[in-house]
Amino acid sequence: MNNSTPIRFFSLVAVILLLATRLAHAGGAEVVKISAKNFMFSPATITVKAGATVTWTNLDEEPHTVYSDAGLFRSGALDTKDSFSFTFEKPGTYHYLCTIHPKMLGTVVVE
Amino acid sequence: MSDDKLITRRNALKCMAYGGAGTLFALSGGVFTPIDLARAASDPKGSAGLGRPLFVQISDTHIGFNKEANPNVAGTLKQTIDIVNGMAEQPALIVHTGDITHLSRPAEFDLAQQLFSELRTTELHTVPGEHDTTDPTVSEYFNRFGKASNNKGYYSFDHGGVHFIALVNVMQFKPGGLGTLGSEQLEWVEDDLKGRSSSTPIVAFAHMPLWTIYEPWGWGTGDAPQLMGYLKRFGSVTVLNGHIHQIVTKVEGHATFHTARSTAYPQPSAGVGEGPGPLKVPADQLPGMLGITRATLLKHPQSLNLSDTTLS
Repeated sequence: MNNSTPIRFFSLVAVILLLATRLAHAGGAEVVKISAKNFMFSPATITVKAGATVTWTNLDEEPHTVYSDAGLFRSGALDTKDSFSFTFEKPGTYHYLCTIHPKMLGTVVVE
Repeated sequence: MSDDKLITRRNALKCMAYGGAGTLFALSGGVFTPIDLARAASDPKGSAGLGRPLFVQISDTHIGFNKEANPNVAGTLKQTIDIVNGMAEQPALIVHTGDITHLSRPAEFDLAQQLFSELRTTELHTVPGEHDTTDPTVSEYFNRFGKASNNKGYYSFDHGGVHFIALVNVMQFKPGGLGTLGSEQLEWVEDDLKGRSSSTPIVAFAHMPLWTIYEPWGWGTGDAPQLMGYLKRFGSVTVLNGHIHQIVTKVEGHATFHTARSTAYPQPSAGVGEGPGPLKVPADQLPGMLGITRATLLKHPQSLNLSDTTLS
């Protein structure tokens, strides 16, 4: 019993160090969330670092899609609470829209 | 049903009921005109002297939708099919103006096809809605309904002297929202109409409106004016669509524009609320907001008559 606390503590430190190393290997592994709500992407424009993963989640009752007009990515129909993720490897400016409601526009700027 | 010819409460209710389910298109005198389905249904000979039933338009069945606005869209489609099958004189064709499914999923298409197979009228013509083409490979719709168009989506056919043009305006996405036919399809239409007599009644149908009803919600087709230019010389032009889940009609020259109700759920009037999503109404009001459109062909002169009927 008395020995367990330091062991647990060091185990936790080890896990944290391991996770940190993995994150560093993944180049920061930035994860960014965008919501589709009230027929809008929010935030509509975001800036991320190369290698970042962007996750879109639909919070409307109406389905939405995420469609890159350059053909880079295309989700299927996202029903309520469904998500779609894409990892941006290369710097650039990427525009996308919802094919069901093409008034819904968004931009991801990758640095 | 026919105890007497007076306008009884029962008959009035019946009329109200039919008023919601759909529209019947009749061709008469060169102009397609909606026919009241209640009149048509109560006339055992067909359409009260208004001509011969040509087709029924079903739209926006949204199989797969299961939210509060209508948890049973398969049930309301079944009711719709019962109404069509119960018509004294069966229409020659069924036209589906898109959004067959809600999420383009295989099981949704399969269920829709299973339900359509219950229709007594077996000739079914479809166009895709934007809800039918969201699968990443855009193949589920075309695997099932692509044959008529060689997988292009747009095609034409003739029936009873009427020329039908099925168009796709949900496949090219332009930031800003309106539907697009695209230059390839427009060239095809121009070619398809070449050499046709101007007295040929034309029915053009697509999913999204082929005229701008409400631009902020994308209720229109950006390059539709070019299409209407090709149709200008024809004496009877009927332009049909779904997409907005409510009836809006316009007559301009020889052209009648008509949007059909959904069989799944209503949508708000243009600009009311956040956007064009499902409109929740009390359960007893829902059947009155769902329906079909019927078209009847009138002979002298040839024209179409349209009428709308609800499920209530």
